Amino acid sequence: MRTRGIFVILILTWALGLTLSARAPQAAAAAPAAPAPAAQTPAPTTDDCLACHDDATLKRGNGTSIAVPKAAFAASVHGAMNCVDCHADLAKAELPHAEKLAKVDCASCHDEAVTLYKQSAHAAARAGGSAEAATCASCHGMHDIKGAKDPQSRTYHLNVAATCASCHGNKDVIAKGHIAAGDVATPFADSIHGRALSRSGLVVAPTCSDCHGPHDIRRKSDPASRVARANVPATCGKCHEGIAHQFGSGIHAAMLKNGNDGAPACQTCHTAHAIQHADNPEWQLTVVNQCGTCHIDKLKTYRDTFHGQITSLGFRAVAACADCHGNHQILPASDPASPIAKGNLVKTCSRCHANASANFVKFDPHADKHDSERNAVLYYAARGMQFLLWAVFIFFGIHTALWLARGLKDRRRLVPGGHR
Amino acid sequence: MSETLIAPEAEAAAEPVPAAVETPRRAAHVLRFDRVDRTLHGFLMLSFLGLAFSGMPVLFSTTPWAGRVARLLGGYTVIHRMHRVFATIMIVVFIVHVGRLLRRVVARKDYSVFWGPASMVPQPKDLADMVQHVRWFVGLGPRPAFDRYTYWEKFDYWAVFWGMAIIGGSGLLLWFPVAFARVMPGWAFNIALLVHGEEALLAVGFIFTIHFFNSHLRPEKFPMDMVIFTGRVPEHEWRDERPAEYARLGGDAPDAGPPSGRAWIVGRVIGSAAVAAGLVLVALIAFALITSL
Repeated sequence: MRTRGIFVILILTWALGLTLSARAPQAAAAAPAAPAPAAQTPAPTTDDCLACHDDATLKRGNGTSIAVPKAAFAASVHGAMNCVDCHADLAKAELPHAEKLAKVDCASCHDEAVTLYKQSAHAAARAGGSAEAATCASCHGMHDIKGAKDPQSRTYHLNVAATCASCHGNKDVIAKGHIAAGDVATPFADSIHGRALSRSGLVVAPTCSDCHGPHDIRRKSDPASRVARANVPATCGKCHEGIAHQFGSGIHAAMLKNGNDGAPACQTCHTAHAIQHADNPEWQLTVVNQCGTCHIDKLKTYRDTFHGQITSLGFRAVAACADCHGNHQILPASDPASPIAKGNLVKTCSRCHANASANFVKFDPHADKHDSERNAVLYYAARGMQFLLWAVFIFFGIHTALWLARGLKDRRRLVPGGHR
Repeated sequence: MSETLIAPEAEAAAEPVPAAVETPRRAAHVLRFDRVDRTLHGFLMLSFLGLAFSGMPVLFSTTPWAGRVARLLGGYTVIHRMHRVFATIMIVVFIVHVGRLLRRVVARKDYSVFWGPASMVPQPKDLADMVQHVRWFVGLGPRPAFDRYTYWEKFDYWAVFWGMAIIGGSGLLLWFPVAFARVMPGWAFNIALLVHGEEALLAVGFIFTIHFFNSHLRPEKFPMDMVIFTGRVPEHEWRDERPAEYARLGGDAPDAGPPSGRAWIVGRVIGSAAVAAGLVLVALIAFALITSL
């Protein structure tokens, strides 16, 4: 009796040790282990499953193989778990089981992540009937899931962009899934962030999930989204804290805070996915047109000046908007701290025009030749020049036309046959 | 060898021009433009084309070809430098020309510069000639008897003279803005840039269409009047085209000798290239103007 009791305790201890040694969450692992050999059908072990699912020749009704990558599963983060821990509907099923299985519910362990996922655009699209929108397995894989810290993992920081690109850089998926943003993977790969990840291997560089979130990826039209216009400065500011402070004290941030959805946020100038190094002159010139989408009249008058003409040709040699107005912390001229405030003009112009004087800064960098009040002399000079050009070309146009007609007539008379 | 083949005498003989056939003797030539004037016109052409090609992309900076032409020329640094080098050449041409006029007036006391048939200053006859010329266009009278300089030649001259002063002056202002800001307000540069561009558009448009037509492309001269390169005009042509001058001098002018074959060939090549380049630029400008409407 005594020895038998000790034997039972030993077996139970051994069973408990096995359970604890499994790295899988205890709740799941303990459940099938706890009931000792009972009258009910015992839950199949992984080995039981592999008796069939390791055989590559076995096929489903539709011809696809039923094989499970045994080694990959063993090496996965779930390797110590039993198949039925996830395929819970098979715990009590008769073997061989039916072809159609219940969906694996990751929430049975990963409750928090799934709750977040359910708020995402992916989940919404799935609920709307999309067959393309990502589920857990789309990003994490199925049997070969690895932890995010594992460099082999699809969700390892340096691999996330490629994982997202499998859909967001895939024409078919973009078309079938009606993804409005189109291919964002290609521009991202060439962006300063994409290059920092792929070329420099910087784990501190942001990847998709740093801006969009890992599970609760929301559309930018959703006010709760990390990439909703009003939230973008804070999202970028997680890394670019100093810039966020500058931007926060400028007029555009104030407008954003007031709910003005037309006000620019970071991505308005820097783009969302094709972000370039701020020293890139070609990108700097695109910002001019970006400013001009709101400041239409200012862009027009800027283009009338030498500054605007040269930048329009694609050369960065002269002043663009930011050179005079600043970049992140843009302030109106009425603010004494603004580089275009009256008291700061000499200093601002002097950055390019050494020795600029108070007289020099009376130049109007946005002079409007159509505005007789703001630029009276220019207005009349423009009208005068216009008249001169029209007068000369109309007079000599007529003169030339008449002369040509007469000359041709005389020539025909001179040359017999008149075919010249 | 090729010189003798394309020499003007040979060409004149080959053309079915009755005048050439009727006068078997070799036409004597009179000198119309001396070597310095021809050289000045050469440098004027060169600098004008250089300024036009480096400047027009800037004036039409928003048209699609502008950036491409600017990059083709070598980018900002090149067009920037090009414009200043050619501007300097043109300013030198202007100074040499004015200097020559002053020398005629001061050293030789030659006041015909200011008034009379040999002056570029418009005369009452020019107005009468213009009216008569237009009447001739429409068949209402004979062609007027032109003297040394016709009214359209004077217009060309003054357009360029005025253009050089206005464009050159405003250009210098824009070249040295900080220095000029000591004596004038900054908004003067707004005016200077506008006037510089509009006046340049007038000059380029005028030279590459009206001047080209008046002097080279009109049926009587087509494809090119070589006098600005060779300096010489056949006597019969002088008599036909400028009867007033011919009569005033009693048809008596020293024979300048035939044009040099080299000047003729060089003139033909450079002149054709200049006309072609000018017409290309006019087409580009026309495109820019039409598409900006």
